[in-house]
Amino acid sequence: MATTLESARPRTRVRSSSPSPRRVRGIGGWIVRILLGVVFAFPLLFMFVSSLKPDQQIFGDLSSIAAFLPVGNLSLDNYGAVFDRVPAARFLVNSIGISAVTVVLGVLINSLAAFALSRMKVRGKGVILTLIIATLIVPFETLALPLVWWVNQLPWLDLNGFSLSLTTGWLDTYQVQILPFVANAFSIYLFHQYFESIPKELDEAARVDGASWFKIYRKIVMPLSGPAIATVSILTFLPAWNSYLWPLMVVQSEELRPVMIGVQYFFQLNVSWGEVMAYSSMITLPVVALFIAFQRSFVNSIASSGVKG
Amino acid sequence: MNSSPAPASLPATDRAVPATSSAQKPRQLKKYHRREQRAGWAMLSPAVILLLLFVFVPAVLAFGLAFTNARLISPNPPVFVGVDNFVRLFADDGFYRALLNVAYFAVVVVPLQAGVALLMALLVNGKVRGVNFFRTIYFLPVVTSMVVVSLLWLFMYRQDGLLNEIITRVTFGAVHGPDWLNNTATAMPAIILMSVWQGAGFHMIIWLSGLQTISADLYEAADIDGVSRWQRFRYITWPGLSATRSLILITITIQALSLFTQVSVMTQGGPLDSTTTIVYQAVRAGFKQQETSYASAISLVFFALVLIVSAVQRYLTREKS
Repeated sequence: MATTLESARPRTRVRSSSPSPRRVRGIGGWIVRILLGVVFAFPLLFMFVSSLKPDQQIFGDLSSIAAFLPVGNLSLDNYGAVFDRVPAARFLVNSIGISAVTVVLGVLINSLAAFALSRMKVRGKGVILTLIIATLIVPFETLALPLVWWVNQLPWLDLNGFSLSLTTGWLDTYQVQILPFVANAFSIYLFHQYFESIPKELDEAARVDGASWFKIYRKIVMPLSGPAIATVSILTFLPAWNSYLWPLMVVQSEELRPVMIGVQYFFQLNVSWGEVMAYSSMITLPVVALFIAFQRSFVNSIASSGVKG
Repeated sequence: MNSSPAPASLPATDRAVPATSSAQKPRQLKKYHRREQRAGWAMLSPAVILLLLFVFVPAVLAFGLAFTNARLISPNPPVFVGVDNFVRLFADDGFYRALLNVAYFAVVVVPLQAGVALLMALLVNGKVRGVNFFRTIYFLPVVTSMVVVSLLWLFMYRQDGLLNEIITRVTFGAVHGPDWLNNTATAMPAIILMSVWQGAGFHMIIWLSGLQTISADLYEAADIDGVSRWQRFRYITWPGLSATRSLILITITIQALSLFTQVSVMTQGGPLDSTTTIVYQAVRAGFKQQETSYASAISLVFFALVLIVSAVQRYLTREKS
């Protein structure tokens, strides 16, 4: 590092930087920023604006800047039509439920495991840590197909009214969309890292006062772990909301399907693009709203996911 | 930290036992440790059981089922068939087509996405006013699901779609764009462009966190020396990002090799297999044709590929000291 700087020094003496090229470069930077901004924002703007227009107008506006502007005959008709074509309300409820349960269980179960690994003496800890880290390198795509076969062999206790019955096969259920994604090696790792930064003197003091391990977890460690909880929640929520490959294979019944599978209702001829854009906007805007509201946490979680790999 | 809890740190319930007799101390300690073991395992077990059930078992099954004739739904238990599935796989033209397509996709997407993301990171790094706004904009496609992005671009890529209208406009009618997704030559480039658009913001954030680890002192020293912007990048930023760089290369590569959603929504592997991928083939075999065994064989080969490629990348980008 030092040597590369040293070697750069002699040449720079010759070149003196005058202020005017720097200002030109500054303007150039802003032009690039704005151009990239247009490239990244306008397709989404186009999607949202088109969702408010009738099909004829969407195509009519394509050749002008009006494609990106909320002008002309605007209405929420497409949104209404989507609910007639697709059981959209059901899909939204399913996705909200599946994501929420996955996030809550994921935060709970992974933080408990991380707490035990960070705070307690447990026999076999080294083996477990190795196993957890080993799962980080396996992409879900390599497990998905054997997993479909496997979940079809698993038993489940079904509650019908007041009678319990044992069934086999998890295909076409809610649990098949939730339970495989609850325990997550990366979430455990993130919690573990965070817990290590909380001084252990705190829980030792609580031990002296006779607090149980679970109480230390609940009253001391978790209340101090807000940022880690936010990070894990976001990193669990996004794939849960966006999941497509998995529910495509394991869910057949309409009433159990999540939002992303709903796009299949539009794989047909003579589709109304206004409705497609309305459905797309509808399943995107909630996430965008969450992102705008918790921007800092989103960015932090993505940045922390960088250490994976 | 917790290595040797003195009797003083025992829970209140245990302290009720008179601590005068020295013979009771080891027993108390033992009891204490047993409790810690039990509590620790109680906290660990939900996660460990779920990881075993949904990661380890399917990983082992991928190995096992690939050598059987297992079907997704079948009254008969799987029967061992040796390497039949692999023989069939390596004789399958569709599989080689998928390998080639995925290689094509990865070779273009990895440098392109990493490069665009780095450019964006450099543009929004630092405390310049208004820069935060652009960071938010660049990140928006990342929070949009790939399924929605694929639908949106499916519409934009039509022969009479937005992209071709823009091309016609910008060239004053000289160029009329192709029917992007129905043309064997343009379908994959179209998917590449869209994938970079969706994913670049994600890696911008990772580049940014790498940029923040570079000491500001280095830049100050460079400013005193009157170093040019390119030299600052070449001699400070680029070497400072070496760890981030190898990380980004590996994550984009694995993501690229796993290409599925875009193809599933936009082209179903067509036209003429020009966009079929390994994961798409695995899903078609295991789900549509219900041949779990054949799909497991594809998954195994895919996993081997991921391991080899990331091992090679790790080796090439290792810290040279």
